[in-house]
Amino acid sequence: MSGVLFGATLFLYFLATFHYILFLISQRESIGKVCRLTTIVGFAFNTVFLIYQMVDKGHVPMTNIRESLIFFSWAIVLIYLILEYRWKIRVMGAFIVTMAFVLILLSTLFAPGKAPLPEYFSSGWLGVHTTLAFLAYASASFAIAFAIGLMYIIQERQLKHKSPGAFYRRLPPLDVLDELSYRAIVMGFPLLTLAMLTGAVWANSVWGSYWGWEPKEIWSLITWLVYAIYLHARLITGWRGRKAAYLAVTGFLIVIFTFLGVSLLMPGRHAFR
Amino acid sequence: MEIVVVGISHKTASVEIRERLSFPEARLPDALSKMKGISGVGENLILSTCNRVESYATVKDASGGMERIKRFFVDYHGMDGDGVNDYIYCLSGRDAVRHIFRVAASLDSMVVGEPQILGQLKDSFDHALMNKTTGVVMNRLMKKAISVAKRIRTETKIAESAVSISFAAVELARKIFGDLKDKSVMLAGAGEMAELAARHLVNNGAKTVMVANRTYERAVELAAEFEGVPVHYEDLVHEMARADILIASTGSPHYILSAHDMARVIKERKNRPVFLIDIAVPRNLDPEINRIDNVYLYDIDDLQGVVQSNIKERQKEAELASGIVEEEIETFLTWLKSIEVVPTIVAIRARAEEMRAAELEKTLSKMGDLSEKQKKQVEALTQAIVNKLLHHPLVALKKSAGYPESSSHVESARVLFGVDEKTEPDGPEESSALSEAETR
Repeated sequence: MSGVLFGATLFLYFLATFHYILFLISQRESIGKVCRLTTIVGFAFNTVFLIYQMVDKGHVPMTNIRESLIFFSWAIVLIYLILEYRWKIRVMGAFIVTMAFVLILLSTLFAPGKAPLPEYFSSGWLGVHTTLAFLAYASASFAIAFAIGLMYIIQERQLKHKSPGAFYRRLPPLDVLDELSYRAIVMGFPLLTLAMLTGAVWANSVWGSYWGWEPKEIWSLITWLVYAIYLHARLITGWRGRKAAYLAVTGFLIVIFTFLGVSLLMPGRHAFR
Repeated sequence: MEIVVVGISHKTASVEIRERLSFPEARLPDALSKMKGISGVGENLILSTCNRVESYATVKDASGGMERIKRFFVDYHGMDGDGVNDYIYCLSGRDAVRHIFRVAASLDSMVVGEPQILGQLKDSFDHALMNKTTGVVMNRLMKKAISVAKRIRTETKIAESAVSISFAAVELARKIFGDLKDKSVMLAGAGEMAELAARHLVNNGAKTVMVANRTYERAVELAAEFEGVPVHYEDLVHEMARADILIASTGSPHYILSAHDMARVIKERKNRPVFLIDIAVPRNLDPEINRIDNVYLYDIDDLQGVVQSNIKERQKEAELASGIVEEEIETFLTWLKSIEVVPTIVAIRARAEEMRAAELEKTLSKMGDLSEKQKKQVEALTQAIVNKLLHHPLVALKKSAGYPESSSHVESARVLFGVDEKTEPDGPEESSALSEAETR
């Protein structure tokens, strides 16, 4: 059952990605409608899959890399759908939905994790749940800021080099991209902060200390600092445009490294596969 | 009956020849009625713009008709045929319909996708309607051409990108700022093109216009035109902090804004983006300015480059539009075929026969015992009535075959005899009223 649900999700996200790219190229409204439909149906399957997993396993489906990636994709698509509904800028889907599809595809590379869960997962249930959920939504916001930042960088290049190519015609205006990327980070940052705080409380309840200077904790702190710098620079010195876009892109690369790189490369109590 | 196009355009003839063959609006009624008088020419319409002079007509036979219209073009303008005959093109049938659709959709224009041609075609059609030189076929053809043009405008992006310098400036401003409302424009120096660009920006939502000029009086004058604010020329750099868009077109021999100045301005603006348009020659703005983040500097050549790339883009869209034209030609030709004489006669006969047979059967079954002979007589009676009733209309239709008026006869006959349900209706309410009347 869960295999069917997952397969359907994967297939629909693939269809959505395919059509979003086709839409980016052709800009035909008829294709745009297919994009939205496939994404919504894919998202519905993704949601049912997650609920099924949760009921089946009795815990949040975020206990290993595979599950986390699937949940992460789900959160990205959720935020994207809200964004598309609110801003009606469909070309962004070619970047954002594609990213969600790549992440969920990536999840198939990792084992489903049959081994019994470490003990700390079963204690402080509420703590682990909220921490992980905050983390997922924060990361999804940063993922969207990253995708929009990439679009900004491409569009800015076209305008600076005065070479109005295919992207120049298709991508939204610079100011809109700059603003949306900023808003995504404004949304993600407090969620990340909350995730780190609840995580510390939870750590204290299971390990007896709030902070252990673990690789993952350190990299989380670095991530937090990068986005704190972004917001500070933006609010105080009016940093915006190209540099802000590069920082948004860098920030998300650090998120990915903290999430995947640290888990796979560095030992520690947070390492899970 | 054939549809033909005879004419010259920017593609075949120079402006000298086009203007000599053109029909000024005042002389159109005369020209239209003279053309209608040519033997073998039925409905006709003249489209005369600065880029083309064309006549669309229905004629009895294509080659003879085209030759006569061609001669009319030359004679009417008192010209020597040898000089211009080579420039005049003649198209008939499918090619003629294709040409008319392409002209309407601005695919044959000098600037592909320019919107004026459709209006000009509508005007020409109105002239022809006023002078009663069009009929069923031409009216249908023109309505179809207009709807094809509209379909192409909505389904392709043929008219979307800017193909003039001043519109390119607006397009770029939108790519930088998105919405232009609340954006302010600074005009440094006043040239025709600068004013035009500013005008377009204001039409697209830009809020305030500031004008700086070496002579302050001129600045005041121009600012009044835009309901804007005059600025002292010396304050230009200082005031730039408030301007989102600068259009520079002064006659200054050196740069009026250095990269150093601009760096200060952008700092003061807290990095809010600035779009600088330099349409002066020699240039007014230091090209180094473009290196500063959040500043976008376009000179006249850059804008020209944008225009060129947009023109290429329009040509790509034109290919898509050509596909739509081909589709629409099919539907039009199908309709055209339906109003031919012979199929109409066949359809009317079939319909009458169908009714006759049905009524006969109904009546015979009610009458009961009749001898074979009596039955034959009743049947003969019904046949005689039908034949007599149809005789005149069908003979009239047959006679009109090939003549320009046949199409209107056929059209009426199809409506009156109710054999018209298959063709594309002009208005849905008409055809539904018709089918309702039938069922009652």
